Amino acid sequence: MTASKPKTEESFLAGIFDVVSPKEAPLPAAVIKHREGWDNLGRNYRKRCQRVRHLCSGGSKIVEMGKAIELLEGVLEPFDRVAIEGDNQKQADFLARTLVKVDPGKIHDLHMVQSVIALPEHVEIFEKGIARKVDFSYSGPQAARLSALLESGKIEIGSIHTYLELYARYFIDLTPQVALVAADYADRHGNLYTGYSTEDTPVLCEATKFRNGIVIAQVNGIKDRLPRVDIQSDWIDFIIQADKPYHMEPLFTRDPAAITETQILIAMLCLKGIYAPYQVQSLNHGVGFNTAAIELLLPTYGEQLGLKGKICSNFILNPHPTMIPAIEAGWVKSIHSPGGELGMENYVRARPDIFFVGPDGNMRSNRAYAQMAGLYGIDMFIGSTLQIDQYGNSSTATAQRIAGFGGAPNIGGDPPGRRHATGAWMKAGAEYAFQQQLIGPMPRGKKLVVQAVETFAEGMRPTFVEELDAWKLAEKYGFPQPPVMIYADNITHLVTEAGIAQLHKCGSLAERSAAIKAVAGYTPLGITASAKMTEQLRKTGIVQTPEDLGIDPTQAVRSLLAAQNIRDLVEISRGLYEPPVRFRNW
Amino acid sequence: MAITALEFSFKTPRPRTIKAAWTHAGVVGSGDLEVLARRCKNDGQAVFKIKTKVKGFDEVWKAVLERFVKTEKLGNIEIEINDNAATPPVAIRRLQQALSNADGLQEAPDR
Repeated sequence: MTASKPKTEESFLAGIFDVVSPKEAPLPAAVIKHREGWDNLGRNYRKRCQRVRHLCSGGSKIVEMGKAIELLEGVLEPFDRVAIEGDNQKQADFLARTLVKVDPGKIHDLHMVQSVIALPEHVEIFEKGIARKVDFSYSGPQAARLSALLESGKIEIGSIHTYLELYARYFIDLTPQVALVAADYADRHGNLYTGYSTEDTPVLCEATKFRNGIVIAQVNGIKDRLPRVDIQSDWIDFIIQADKPYHMEPLFTRDPAAITETQILIAMLCLKGIYAPYQVQSLNHGVGFNTAAIELLLPTYGEQLGLKGKICSNFILNPHPTMIPAIEAGWVKSIHSPGGELGMENYVRARPDIFFVGPDGNMRSNRAYAQMAGLYGIDMFIGSTLQIDQYGNSSTATAQRIAGFGGAPNIGGDPPGRRHATGAWMKAGAEYAFQQQLIGPMPRGKKLVVQAVETFAEGMRPTFVEELDAWKLAEKYGFPQPPVMIYADNITHLVTEAGIAQLHKCGSLAERSAAIKAVAGYTPLGITASAKMTEQLRKTGIVQTPEDLGIDPTQAVRSLLAAQNIRDLVEISRGLYEPPVRFRNW
Repeated sequence: MAITALEFSFKTPRPRTIKAAWTHAGVVGSGDLEVLARRCKNDGQAVFKIKTKVKGFDEVWKAVLERFVKTEKLGNIEIEINDNAATPPVAIRRLQQALSNADGLQEAPDR
């Protein structure tokens, strides 16, 4: 089959409703014709667009807010795969509120693909029968409601993914037919500026548009001229100016006033016991108070340890307000962000040497690239979790809440494809007890994956358990496997207030269990620790208590934090940080 | 609100007690507890009286306090704890603070 070139520039620039197809030779008689042509997606796309053509104002892509429901009812078809932004922070909330109002008689059984089930509307569409199935990554805000929906049989979960994995499937078998996205501004041609909170929009638009899908964008406003073009107009079909700016959730803001002495002790253990000896230069901090404490200890305790310049140069990180003191003190060289954090816009704009800021002066976050970088480009992931079993498997699934995974399985994953060497990677690899058994006398590095947890969470809930709740969840809801966030063989270091267990140095499952129990405190699992085994593990250095590391727990005091509260952060940022209203407590 | 009352007593061979006559540390905030300790002569025992709203952790309290008494060699002391769901590391921290607030420990004058 040869493709013939379009004859004229005119035919090349033909509108969306006229397509010049390459010429094909007629089918040989012997070949059985088994499909109706090769441009069915395109035909379907054109049919859908025809149905709603009349809703556009004067040949542009702009649709009035009042016609939004009609637009969705015209463009969608039952059983469609629909992506809605449902990002970590950014929410296409106007489009969600619109989707929930479509007539379930016309639009039903949609298959939703989205990163995060964040808004009440994301759940409501299932209650109404507008949607039936979902593939997603994280559902923290709606975890309880999702469980209830599952129990009532109104929703079918395809799979729970990590972010990068979901994006991967956008290019395999989960390509959206319709994508509902959010942007700051559009211009009159339909170019989009997604700015600071670009997040998932580019990968979503590309996958959808290049399989003849439809992309609808809600925007805060329409401008004559954009600061820069983040998504080109070719990829956007319809634009609606929403009634209010899209919703942003400040997920990564932690008030220093809420950081406890136990969390400070754990942070000290991490800095002295892991960051320092491995000289961790590139890393990601998972969300939580433990990492917030580490961030606030860099300019103080980190400085005392003489670590400035030796650690924490390059981050994959959302703009955490708790990073402000360390950035101001000159610790950080670069930060690439998966998303934007509400209130940090101006601070980021004023620190273009640190963040990924465009020629226009505004940051561009990008979750797909950040997740990619977090997989391959960093030496260490450190995060927290809700439960850890006796083998070291960690999960955030509990019996009543299906929270999903977010980015942790990916950034906390040791990529077999990594080839570039750094000091930290090689040191961890050389210490990995199973290495030789797996690949012979071949040197290879290993990513540091650290889980930092308190032995008991609030309300005396033990972190360490004989068996993860994830098993019960899988059985109850018919999942193919218990939802595990990070598997035991990926975790190199486990840190609690009782000490550090270097799991990657354990030569057997039994030794690993003993090391976990040694730092599991007074939890039901920790109480079964053998004093003799713990002693032995301390001798070999697999387990290190605060005492072993020369850390006096009574020195873990709040005055060690570089900022005591949100107001301090604002001051240290010289007024550039503008905390969301809920954090303004002075 | 139902309060659980727990009592534990541990005997220490060569006990140490607080220098000051009595001491206090902590506050009954959420996830925290307060410790009130008093030096006394009770034949080398460390006696703990706990009031807590969290049920079912008797064994954990016992393990934590037994360890603490053993480490500090405590005796001839009565300790009251008012607990608001503090976790073991918080409890240990407050107990340590109480001892520190009492100017530390001394060999018990009476056996």
